[in-house]
Amino acid sequence: MATKNLPMREALRKALMEEMHRDQRVFIMGQEVGYWQGTHRVTRGFIEEFGEKRVRDTPISEMAIGGAAVGAAMAGLRPIAEFMTINFAFLALDAIVNHAAKIHYMFDGMFKVPLVFRAASGWGDQATASHSHAPEPIFAHFPGLYVGCPATAGDAYGMLKTSIRDDNPVLFSESIALYAKPGPVPDDDNYLIPVGKADIKRPGRHVSLITYARGLEWSLLAAKELEKDGIDCEVVDLRWLRPLDTALVFESFKKTGRAVIVEESLPFYSFGSELAAQIQEHCFDYMDAPIKRVSSLDVPLPYSRHIELMALPNAEKVVAAVKEIL
Amino acid sequence: MAAPTREQQVEWYRQMVLIREFEEACYHLYAQKRITGVYLHLYSGHEAVGVGAVAAMERGKDHIITAYRDHGVGLAVGVEAKYLMSEMMGRRDGVSGGKGGSMHLASREHNFWGGYAIVGGHLPLATGIALANQYNQTGGVVISFIGDGATNNGYFHESLNLSGVWKLPVVWIIENNLYGMGTEIIRSAGNPILHKRAAGYGVRDMERVDGQNILAMHAAVKEAIEYARTEGPVLIEAMTYRYYGHGVSDKQYDTRLADELAQWKAEKDPIHLFRSKLVGRYKNIELELNRLDDDAKKQVAEAVEFAEASPLPRTMDELLSNIYVD
Amino acid sequence: MAHEVKLGMDGTLLNWLRGVGEAVKAGDIIAEFEADKATVEVTAPADGVVLEVRLEVGTEAKEGAVIAMIGAAGESAAPAAAPAPTNGHGHGPGPAVAVAATTPEGKIKASPLARKIAEDRGIDLSQIVGTGPGGRIVKEDVEQFVPGTAAPAPAAPTPTPTAAAAPVAPAAPVAVPPTPTPTAAAPAGGRSSYGKLPEGDDVEILEVSRMRRAIADNTILSKQMTPHFYITMDIDVEPLLRLRETLNTALEKEGIKISVNDMVVKATALALRQFPNLNTHYYGDKLVRHKHIHIGIAVALPNNGLMNVVARDADRTTLSVLAQHNKEMFARAREGKVKPEDIRGATFTVSNLGPYDVEHFGAIINPPEAGILAVSSARKVPVVLPDGTLGIGQRMKVTISVDHRVSDGAEGAEFMRYCRQLLEQPMRLLV
Repeated sequence: MATKNLPMREALRKALMEEMHRDQRVFIMGQEVGYWQGTHRVTRGFIEEFGEKRVRDTPISEMAIGGAAVGAAMAGLRPIAEFMTINFAFLALDAIVNHAAKIHYMFDGMFKVPLVFRAASGWGDQATASHSHAPEPIFAHFPGLYVGCPATAGDAYGMLKTSIRDDNPVLFSESIALYAKPGPVPDDDNYLIPVGKADIKRPGRHVSLITYARGLEWSLLAAKELEKDGIDCEVVDLRWLRPLDTALVFESFKKTGRAVIVEESLPFYSFGSELAAQIQEHCFDYMDAPIKRVSSLDVPLPYSRHIELMALPNAEKVVAAVKEIL
Repeated sequence: MAAPTREQQVEWYRQMVLIREFEEACYHLYAQKRITGVYLHLYSGHEAVGVGAVAAMERGKDHIITAYRDHGVGLAVGVEAKYLMSEMMGRRDGVSGGKGGSMHLASREHNFWGGYAIVGGHLPLATGIALANQYNQTGGVVISFIGDGATNNGYFHESLNLSGVWKLPVVWIIENNLYGMGTEIIRSAGNPILHKRAAGYGVRDMERVDGQNILAMHAAVKEAIEYARTEGPVLIEAMTYRYYGHGVSDKQYDTRLADELAQWKAEKDPIHLFRSKLVGRYKNIELELNRLDDDAKKQVAEAVEFAEASPLPRTMDELLSNIYVD
Repeated sequence: MAHEVKLGMDGTLLNWLRGVGEAVKAGDIIAEFEADKATVEVTAPADGVVLEVRLEVGTEAKEGAVIAMIGAAGESAAPAAAPAPTNGHGHGPGPAVAVAATTPEGKIKASPLARKIAEDRGIDLSQIVGTGPGGRIVKEDVEQFVPGTAAPAPAAPTPTPTAAAAPVAPAAPVAVPPTPTPTAAAPAGGRSSYGKLPEGDDVEILEVSRMRRAIADNTILSKQMTPHFYITMDIDVEPLLRLRETLNTALEKEGIKISVNDMVVKATALALRQFPNLNTHYYGDKLVRHKHIHIGIAVALPNNGLMNVVARDADRTTLSVLAQHNKEMFARAREGKVKPEDIRGATFTVSNLGPYDVEHFGAIINPPEAGILAVSSARKVPVVLPDGTLGIGQRMKVTISVDHRVSDGAEGAEFMRYCRQLLEQPMRLLV
């Protein structure tokens, strides 16, 4: 398939643009999505392309943005609601969790809620504690919601298109740190990555590095480093935290017998906790070492650079974790 | 605006006594543990508000959504009592398949978008449904009931503001029964004249309406809907009173509020007031009304019989269905 | 009735001197093993015919392993079946082929995957050496294990020194199993990774001997786990040297020669009788106080190795007997022919570098012992005489290393003072 090399930001923009042209029910709402051109420039040029009806600047009202997206989706539109950063999505947690995720079930299928909550995620450079979160696992906690976390431009493109076309609510997390990262993006309007399908980004034999979003970068760097020591890492990019592609995780783990789970988020009650539990439950007889987790440290992120960096995961920490179990 | 016909008014009376009978039945069924669970919020005392507002809707075009005190709206829009009662009892034939319970009644075919259990949580849904109507130029208006207690959380302010910003076709009706759960308005609102909040959001303020007078309710909401259809959002504060407290477990009205309750029942009961008016205005109507009283009892008895014969969901399939749209 | 031929200590089979079908008499040497420090001979326990041998040359086995069966010609070797491994470190009763690392509760450390494979293949995990972190048995270990052979290398003790180890001098491990065998990714024990192995004509690459490995592992275990403190005393050895001369002159006809070391060993043993706390071994949440006093003595070996021989009940053995025993053990050690009892059961160790003109040194404790005595050379030094003038004296520095988990400075000092009194009034060693 022909591809174009695009930064993830442009891949997302392309996906949005194509899907909005494809389906008139799709519209975007959020803070600064229109005339500001999008806080992260993902919707650059959209207000000019689609007008105010379909590119809707909102007040700073996360609860209303979240809830109105749910209502509009129930009533037949396909809203894309953007939270400027995922930290602000906390303000809309009730709309996301109690309404978007549950309405289909609560009324036994009477209503559908086909929407996408887009949110820019992750720690930035000295963004400080309240603006430094990668809380996707919180959202993935709740049945009824899908959670997508692309790590590459190509995946971002295919996953966002899928999310928009799906009839279920999707929380779509975009790593701020990856917006500028280029990658091949298929030149195909209908390039769809199925919900819940993980991807092996690097095959290997000795240990499975299981990750998503930003963790992929660290995992691949670590794998490269470990290769020098003759350690062959398999890197599994989950892409979706919900549904979780446990089949592929188990398959990889059964091959390697060892896993290091790499995530940007916090360690307590985390993605890593969940995955480690699932692996031991389903692959007990294949375990050849304890499962290690690399994540942010259990601390609110500080401002000052050195201690901020200490708290964050990186490739070196992944390398160290692998060496601990080999 | 044409005066309501005799036939219309007899229909409203029918709905009101049906609601009253239904709620009386629920109260007793709960005491007998034939309706189980923690929550049951009865509409007795509010009948004129719900029936008056629904009567003002253009059926098939306009929409309605409410909070957890939702039985009356369900009956007023025309959902058969037996399906509502089945939901009360968690039966398969319940409107929400037994998954929603008394707080989550809805009927897509009646444009009844449901009862919602998080205080204020449905307000942005109303905003979103109104947005969908505006977006698709349906001409439809959304009526959203609001408990007086909900006017103090962020959903109220954000949703009303967004409706004002976008000039959405929505009629906001505060059902002011004087208590947010157990706390009087004067103890929870800086300014207890709640309709004045409309001014802050560019929402038309239609002030207070006597919610015990169905004719006044109908007239006010009719006007509000017509305004909203072309101009934008409206806020009405309907003054009413609840006969069974916040929920069935609330016994305050027996003691602390017994006098107040007795006074409302004696002087402001919406059904008595309306019946007196009808009897005074239309000769020979009393027999007809008596028959409706009997019919309501009969219909509710049949609904209970139907519901109790309806199977309880018991299978894993029923538990797990409709978490997601397949 | 067939007889089991058991191995007296861990080792690698060098050679079968008798094969299956050959007749042997009780006491005949039937095999030679290389242990950590010596070649060990294995003798036939009874008259008969070698019915079966169970070990290939070059493979390792643990103390207690049944390596052969001897019985009447044509008899079945059945009684002992396969080597029955049990827990195995140290010299507890029963056969012991077990080599796997265990948890403090005695559960073998193995990954679930390793357990599964072992179960599927009918392999007893206790026979396998784990190469994973902490000695955990991992998949590879099970897959590479050849049933019927003993482990390729002994496994690690758990971090607490549970192995009933033989003494070690500055660096002379004996029966302490080494820490895990190395893996590429995680250097264990004494096998550090300092990056890429240098190569080229300027260097010669040598294999680390089994003994070297054991020394490395054991000293690391000690230095990392045992909080040492040191107390040094300067001892006036003139009376001791005079007494030694007198005794040796008297004993010359019997061919007995008492060394300074023998006298230090004796003094140490007598002192330990007064300070039983220093004859105590540390086992984490328990202390083991030994009723016998067996002094380990470090012996330098010709091939750049060290081992400890053990002077058993040194406090109750007369100096001349002690000296004779020591001399014989030293000889066996240097020839690589120690007997198992020569090297195990030390409760405290003495390391003597006296012959090397050493002014002073401190020794590494051999866990789980509570202390080790480092004996330097007796040297002529300027001393302040009792009348305040300077003179020439014979002094010897003796330093005790003490495990602070077991004892404290005051007790160590008291012990040393007692030792000095014994050495400075050496007649007390003869009483």
